[in-house]
Amino acid sequence: MTLKEKQQQIIDDFSMYEEWLDKYEYLIELGKSLDGLPEEKKTEDRLIKGCQSRVWLDCEKRDGFLYFDADSDALITRGIIAMLVSVYSGRSAEEILEDDFSFLNSLGLKENLSPTRANGLVSMIATIRAKAAENE
Amino acid sequence: MTTEEVRALFPQLKRTVYGKPLVYLDNAATSLRPQSVIDRWTEISAHGTANLHRAVHHVAAEATEAYENARKAVVNFINAAETEEVIFTSGATHSLNLAVFGIGEAFLKEGDEIIIGEGEHHSNIVPWQMLRNRKGISIKVLPVDENGRLCVEQLESLITEKTRIVCVAHISNVLGLVNPVSAISDVCRKHGVMLLVDGAQGVVHQDVDVQALGCDFYAFSGHKMYGAPGTGVLWGRRSLLEQMPPMFGGGEMIETVRWDGSTWAPLPRKFEAGTQNISGTPCFVQAIETIRSMPKDNETRDYVYEALQQIDGLRLFGTTSDRRLKVPVFSFSVEHAHHEDLALILDKMGVAVRSGQMCAEPLMDRFGVTGMLRASFAPYNTMQEAEYFVSSLRKAIGMLR
Repeated sequence: MTLKEKQQQIIDDFSMYEEWLDKYEYLIELGKSLDGLPEEKKTEDRLIKGCQSRVWLDCEKRDGFLYFDADSDALITRGIIAMLVSVYSGRSAEEILEDDFSFLNSLGLKENLSPTRANGLVSMIATIRAKAAENE
Repeated sequence: MTTEEVRALFPQLKRTVYGKPLVYLDNAATSLRPQSVIDRWTEISAHGTANLHRAVHHVAAEATEAYENARKAVVNFINAAETEEVIFTSGATHSLNLAVFGIGEAFLKEGDEIIIGEGEHHSNIVPWQMLRNRKGISIKVLPVDENGRLCVEQLESLITEKTRIVCVAHISNVLGLVNPVSAISDVCRKHGVMLLVDGAQGVVHQDVDVQALGCDFYAFSGHKMYGAPGTGVLWGRRSLLEQMPPMFGGGEMIETVRWDGSTWAPLPRKFEAGTQNISGTPCFVQAIETIRSMPKDNETRDYVYEALQQIDGLRLFGTTSDRRLKVPVFSFSVEHAHHEDLALILDKMGVAVRSGQMCAEPLMDRFGVTGMLRASFAPYNTMQEAEYFVSSLRKAIGMLR
């Protein structure tokens, strides 16, 4: 699946839920399905700054592609980072850097989550982009 | 006054969020404003704007009178001995910084010790740490126990001949427990140590008499006591304030200014540099009228206190067998449910609560949590809202488990 296709799939999934509580249920389920990180990888340098809850992002480069793994102690945040991981993991650094992350606007995530959470989302995106830039 | 009559005073209670009635339970952070405060603010903004004290024209005299009337109202509200002991600020944080700076310059030297309660708000910790960096003083911590009670019986053992001041909140913004300020004051007096009290929550829930409390400084904000944001008070004993240098210079705080040096205006102007909050500060009059007309508390307090403790896996911080010592500020954590998730879900149900560290990170560390959820009630919160909050919380916990 291309990056755009994967993004569209998430937009479609998300749009099935009209009520925000249902959207949260969806994110919570997504969060629960994320493998997460082993304790030894939940380190300070993997912690994303600017979130109310703790979010860790791990990035590995294999055969020219970036593979992300993430974890959070809050489930909704975990669901959001799981969604980002499913979209951007396994892509090349160039592909990630070319993307404008605008599919998140279609989900209404930025507007509908609390200001601190919106900042958290911005920080998650910034971290993914920074990892891509480091590995370009 | 019934809860319904109280509600009628606060227009924001009529609004909805996400199509649901707003259930506002973040009062310990910022309380709502009654129409009388809004009207006063608007009236001054529309017709009463002028700079205070110095100008001779009519509107300036009126604005000055409004401002000074607020001072008289505050003097009466906290039973200060003298009008000049009430200093207007932009909020409790400003008040505390002002106090800490002046106390540090006037009374503290390298090697001196101060004692701070473990449950303090950052505003009563960080200014002291900044002072520590400048002056080389040391900070000792008066602990709280498992239930959140301040261990006052340990105070005496922490005091040495180097101790200069004890700093505690009247009521913790996290634990909602009333600290025994009078008992603390007795110990301080005995050892000749000053006592500073952060009253940001205290003025909301208690009848405050600074002389009876026996403290030397008392700080609070307007926006937590139904007044205007950007307003606050520092009360201090005249004998101490007289010796303390101002933190800010400029505006009306001077007596004379010469190139070879300046002298300060008498109290309270010495500490009120710059243009005052001319619309906000006069609203203390209406805020105080409101706070006096309402009951301090209603039946929601005991209901929520009991109902929360019946929720499986919920840990309430700040418990006591003496109900008079507990105000309706409830901070808790829930097993397998992150405070941020709970706050987000409750928000979508129309319930405004606070999640996170509540500006008290050392207290979070004390209890081994990364944050808590806090629901804080005001006299305008109804039983129906309290029940809705508890059932919404149960539902949110269910979604996360």
